[in-house]
Amino acid sequence: MPLDKYMPRTVKTGPNGERLMTSAMIASIAGPDQRTAPAPFGHALVKLARSNPKIVGMTADLSKYTDLHVFAKAYPDRFYQMGMAEQVLMGSAAGMAREGFTVFATTYAVFASRRAYDFICMCIAEEKLDVKIVCALPGLTTGYGPSHQATEDLAIFRGLPNMTIIDPCDALEIEQATAAIAAHKGPVYMRLLRGNVPLVLDEYGYTFELGKAKMLRDGPDALLISTGLMTMRALEAAKELEKDRVKVGVLHVPTIKPFDEATILREANRTGRPVITLENHTIVGGLGEAVAGALMRSDTRPTRFRQIALPDQFLDAGALPTLHDRYGISTSEVVRRVKGWV
Amino acid sequence: MGRLGVSPVVSVVVSVCRSFQGCEACSSLLPTGKNLGKRQTMTNPPGSGAPHLPNLTLADRAYHIRRHALRMGEVQGQGYIAQALGAADLLAVSYFHALAYKPHEPEWEGRDRFCLSIGHYAIALYAALIEAGILPENEIETYGGDDSRMPMSGMAAYTPGMEITGGSLGQGLTVALGMAMGLKRKKSQSFVYNLMSDGELDEGSTWEAAMAASSHKLGNLVCIVDVNNMQADGPSTQISNFEPLGPKWEAFGWHTQRVNGNDINALVAAFDAAKALDEPRPRVIICDTKMGKGVGFLEERERNHFMRVEADEWAKAIAVLDAGRA
Repeated sequence: MPLDKYMPRTVKTGPNGERLMTSAMIASIAGPDQRTAPAPFGHALVKLARSNPKIVGMTADLSKYTDLHVFAKAYPDRFYQMGMAEQVLMGSAAGMAREGFTVFATTYAVFASRRAYDFICMCIAEEKLDVKIVCALPGLTTGYGPSHQATEDLAIFRGLPNMTIIDPCDALEIEQATAAIAAHKGPVYMRLLRGNVPLVLDEYGYTFELGKAKMLRDGPDALLISTGLMTMRALEAAKELEKDRVKVGVLHVPTIKPFDEATILREANRTGRPVITLENHTIVGGLGEAVAGALMRSDTRPTRFRQIALPDQFLDAGALPTLHDRYGISTSEVVRRVKGWV
Repeated sequence: MGRLGVSPVVSVVVSVCRSFQGCEACSSLLPTGKNLGKRQTMTNPPGSGAPHLPNLTLADRAYHIRRHALRMGEVQGQGYIAQALGAADLLAVSYFHALAYKPHEPEWEGRDRFCLSIGHYAIALYAALIEAGILPENEIETYGGDDSRMPMSGMAAYTPGMEITGGSLGQGLTVALGMAMGLKRKKSQSFVYNLMSDGELDEGSTWEAAMAASSHKLGNLVCIVDVNNMQADGPSTQISNFEPLGPKWEAFGWHTQRVNGNDINALVAAFDAAKALDEPRPRVIICDTKMGKGVGFLEERERNHFMRVEADEWAKAIAVLDAGRA
């Protein structure tokens, strides 16, 4: 919603009269009653580092904001502070990997994908080096404005050969994916939810497998194909829809590259139900277009194909719940839109 | 990666000694013409004491590097030959005085690393790698051709002895500093050398890396800056004035030397000082070089980033170079 400059405004309040404040970098995406786990990436990395002395952690002045400070505290001599210099972070991570180390390099998703792209491309990806780029504030997870909203990071990295791309849903998945990417040889880009991260997937008996999409629940009325935190929203929406006797399946696709086309096509072909993709990312070049391409290339024609994604525009600053409603990725908006399509 | 599997001409492991001054016993192998590819059969294992190497001076090595580069230029009809001729002396001192390596084991853990940030100088580095016995001389004819191990811009996956993929200028020093951190972490005694150009001084990442390297106290990192004062759009100091250059590096915490990059004795002294320095900080050797050095008519040619050389001039250039040795 483009706002007219210089127009005076009144203070906006929420449903209970509370003042809605900008959700800045420390914001947690967890709802008030949601179960959470603290700093799942940081704790998982510490655990892995105990048995793998090759693991080192590097950051560009954002250890506290990527949960890498947990690792830095446990292993101060294996932690490298590169300063607020993302190009040097990525180049030196490549150099460390050349010397045999498994490097976890952290920053915000905007800085990795926008500022340091050429270094990730030529120093790391072209060389297939063992650097795991783990980035906080993916998509719309801060209300700070476009400088910190990485709405196009998946599109940018999908075009990069040799990259493995992960968009995890919750704390459980972050913990498991951290172990999986450490074991995987080669460059990885992983989106990170940090702080108190929602815990959701344990209810579904879920286990992360690199490169695998997994059905979390089934339903004949629509197939929701989702990634990242939008899987959490898809599952919440599915519960809401069930109250209205709308039964939707949810296929979670945490690995954006390599893309599990086989599972996606199998599920899309299994019944003629509409296919709806959900992602915390611009509608350009992310999960939705990846699914659409797979469907088209295989002559798979679902009765409907729809995308829930962020619009192709620079997003507003503000409170995260407001923005998620505004751009159609809150649970209530997902429910409303899916109802209109089934 | 498969290209790395191609077996080199010579199969004996060689160590090039940092302090090599030659050996009378090897003089029969003075590299002339086709003998060039065989000279490295004279060997001695690393750390085994007195070197047993061909009786060649560093000036001889520099001459051979220039000659190999000109022959590659002749094959391809183009190439960054002016830069190669200008950098031949600093490469000779690097590969035949400063660096420890095993020609037939390019990934030997104990080697000093040499990073070529300036991918377009590959023609010069291939010439040095050939001279060092890391690449076979008979591959000169493949330079820049399809499926060659020697593409026009240097890439790690293509070429034995090519430590990094350069070409996107401003990246080499960032990778070199990461390698230096990794070596320090492994408690290795090896050094990392990064060769960059004055044009790369325009890149912000160079200075990010310069600050990070001194912040991390990397006494095992040596940056060589080839200052020929020419970049794509014209004289470097006119494009973006990096002078005063020495004080800039000093201000970033680097041990700084500035030498005539075509004066071998000065280069030897500078490389020795950089290595001997007993301080935990990175070192830079700023080398003022002359493009086209060693071939008079190319030295005189209107200076240009990508110097044009006519088809019939390559043989003339080699003749001029050879005549200069006579």
